[in-house]
Amino acid sequence: MTDDTPALRLEGIVKTFPGVRALDGVSFSVMPGEVHALMGENGAGKSTLMKVLGGIHQPDAGKIIVGERPVVMSGPLEAKAKGIVFIHQELSLAEELTVAENIYLGELPRKRFGLVDWDRLYARTDAILKKLKVSFDARTRVGDLSIANQQMVEIARALTVEAKAVIFDEPTASLTDAEKVVLFDVIADLQSAGVGIIYISHRMEEIFKITDRISVLRDGQYRGTLDTAETTEEEVTQLMIGRSLDLSRNVSHHTLGDVALEVRGLSCGPLFQEIDFEVRSGEVVGFYGLVGAGRTEIAETLFGLRDPSAGSILLDGAEVRINSPADAIALGISLVPEDRKGQGLVLGMNCRDNMTLPQVDDLTAGPFVAEGSEVAIFDQYRDKLDIRTPGWKQLVGNLSGGNQQKIVIGKWLSMHPRVLIVDEPTRGIDVGSKSEIHNLIRDLAAQGYAVIVISSEMPEVLHVSDRIVAMYSGRIMRTFTSDEVTEDNLIQAISGIRSTGRVA
Amino acid sequence: MTSVTKTQIGGFLARQGILVAFALFIIGFTLANQRFLDPDNILGVVRSSAILGVMALGVTFVVISGNLDLSVGSMMSFSTIVVLDLHDKLGPTLAIPAMFAMTLCLGAFIGFLVGYLKLNSLIVTLGMLSAIHGLTLTYSGGQNMDIADKAGTWFSVFGQGEALGIPVPILIFLLLAAVLGTILARTPFGRKVYAVGGNGTAATFSGIRRARVVFACYLMSAFCVATAGLIQASRSLGSQNTVGQGLELEVLAAVILGGASLLGGSGTIFKTVIGVLILGFIQNGLLLVGLQFYVQYVVTWVIIILAVWLDVAAKRGKLLSPIA
Repeated sequence: MTDDTPALRLEGIVKTFPGVRALDGVSFSVMPGEVHALMGENGAGKSTLMKVLGGIHQPDAGKIIVGERPVVMSGPLEAKAKGIVFIHQELSLAEELTVAENIYLGELPRKRFGLVDWDRLYARTDAILKKLKVSFDARTRVGDLSIANQQMVEIARALTVEAKAVIFDEPTASLTDAEKVVLFDVIADLQSAGVGIIYISHRMEEIFKITDRISVLRDGQYRGTLDTAETTEEEVTQLMIGRSLDLSRNVSHHTLGDVALEVRGLSCGPLFQEIDFEVRSGEVVGFYGLVGAGRTEIAETLFGLRDPSAGSILLDGAEVRINSPADAIALGISLVPEDRKGQGLVLGMNCRDNMTLPQVDDLTAGPFVAEGSEVAIFDQYRDKLDIRTPGWKQLVGNLSGGNQQKIVIGKWLSMHPRVLIVDEPTRGIDVGSKSEIHNLIRDLAAQGYAVIVISSEMPEVLHVSDRIVAMYSGRIMRTFTSDEVTEDNLIQAISGIRSTGRVA
Repeated sequence: MTSVTKTQIGGFLARQGILVAFALFIIGFTLANQRFLDPDNILGVVRSSAILGVMALGVTFVVISGNLDLSVGSMMSFSTIVVLDLHDKLGPTLAIPAMFAMTLCLGAFIGFLVGYLKLNSLIVTLGMLSAIHGLTLTYSGGQNMDIADKAGTWFSVFGQGEALGIPVPILIFLLLAAVLGTILARTPFGRKVYAVGGNGTAATFSGIRRARVVFACYLMSAFCVATAGLIQASRSLGSQNTVGQGLELEVLAAVILGGASLLGGSGTIFKTVIGVLILGFIQNGLLLVGLQFYVQYVVTWVIIILAVWLDVAAKRGKLLSPIA
């Protein structure tokens, strides 16, 4: 194989499902030692393409060529045997087993009588882990590892075969910035070993940092390939969504009203300590920090899901006690949770019922639910938030991530809260819906809501916030106005470096 | 679509399999025995399904809320024994509310354990199956319970009476199905039952007090059990301590046959009624073709397993899959 033979090539892949042409003649190739980004909005066909590549779907037309030979993929195991390895977004590890057992699951080395050859297993595993420069060893229980380290285990699994191409599907979705650095090192190592890498992500900064070329899908069609060094975020976005996108910092300021929420000395055991902040009506306060900095835990405390060990919460100047989400909702505090599918929605329920769930007790005619009022509320917020669904009867589980998130937001807006807390508002949402949700958050502030936005994405925090609270290890390090904040001082603050300047 | 593929047939079977199987049963039984579709036989089947059906209505709430209730069989024995005993001591007018109150206490206790203490419902209700059986035996001293004056009591109306030419147990079953069906489908409480079973965490995040909903479902179940006990006692006016033994599995079979998922969040009262009737007709058909009644035990289990398989298969869209 010469250097100009692609490690992996897809040619004219077509895949149709009843009613949908999910892939319409997609061609795509990755060279050995290249990091090739695959981008596209949710529903553009990336997942389907990867499922075809992994043998989970068979293409209706087109060829998959590994090295120089066309191949037929019959399933994930065969793909792996041919050197095509997937690192999935959602980890699939057995938590109770050790790192070594997970890595060699299904192919544990044996000795006589079919017993596991533990010595060989641990030796082989440690050899691989050494290449990855990780801090844990082969005997560690996977459940004891952080998400980032679990991902390293997935990667280690990929290294047990002679990989020709490795596909990373949204690998940084749950990683902190420091952990990303380690991941990128691993990718660079694979790259220098001549492995072709397909990198699927929504995050532009990463794409521009580590990839060589970017291929874009839209509506199941191949839209082109750009050299990363010679293109811009705007150009890529335009290719993805057919229009340009705003990535600037927030400059609009609304007239602020009174203090709606005030938090004084709030602590919760080891999770966070002595938190002081306030949010005014019409203001968006962004909470930025690393995963585990205590931001989500503060939100959960304000929403009655955790008991604070000290401190007080004041709403419109009056101290309140919040013992349950029901209490919080009654007081006018709403939470759009971090885990949309696990905490925000009942996926098997329809759109309307999900949206009206918190107020179903109040939407009654006699003893019965007033379905007419429910439909009216749904219609109102579907129009207001531009939720794209065939109708209220659609099960929420069938909607795209962006539309699901809008259902959750609509659910809380229809309750007319005083304070709206939004935790990771655009996690796993495609770039077009992202900016819609950002605009929506700004609009809500303009309408006088007090909004708290928790996010791990710096562009997002910069873009929506009037003020930014930087947290590190359970404490507020500093509070910035949108004029004083820079990328550098924000990163310093969330890394625990106390810089000169006003503290909290 | 150019051709009907194997997968599509599998998907259809997975979704509609129970009805297809039921239709085949009916055809088979009718060919084997002309009496199967006789109106008297049909009425008989519905009538003998009424007790099971009433219990299944309550268990439907529990299953939709994402839990199990395996205690209903022995709880029904308890209700039956208690109401027969109190009939002679207090008279029927007081005996009935007293029995309902005692049964509801049992339901409240289970609801407290599963709802507020968040204990696993399988373990709790399996334990209660045994504990309530012991309670019943303690109460009765192990003796069968009989009403002294069987001919002279109006108490027999619930099990043996007729109104408008329809047996009272059937009327009670249908009336209760209508009321509970409406509660489940149309009230805020019903909506919350689906939400708690569909995704308990999301329900909590929406301000629903999950423990309260689960608690109420077990009360609902206990109320239905008490009603079933009343019908049972009234029908026979005397009973063994083990009258409800094993019914918990048949009840569960009926609920699952109707299409409620054991994972919670789906099912309806109407579907449960269908499930009850399917089970009743199959059991009746087996008797009519000359099989011994104990074959039913085997068949009931085969049906449960078939139903669970089809439930899972429907989610995957095909009958067999290497990935769960």
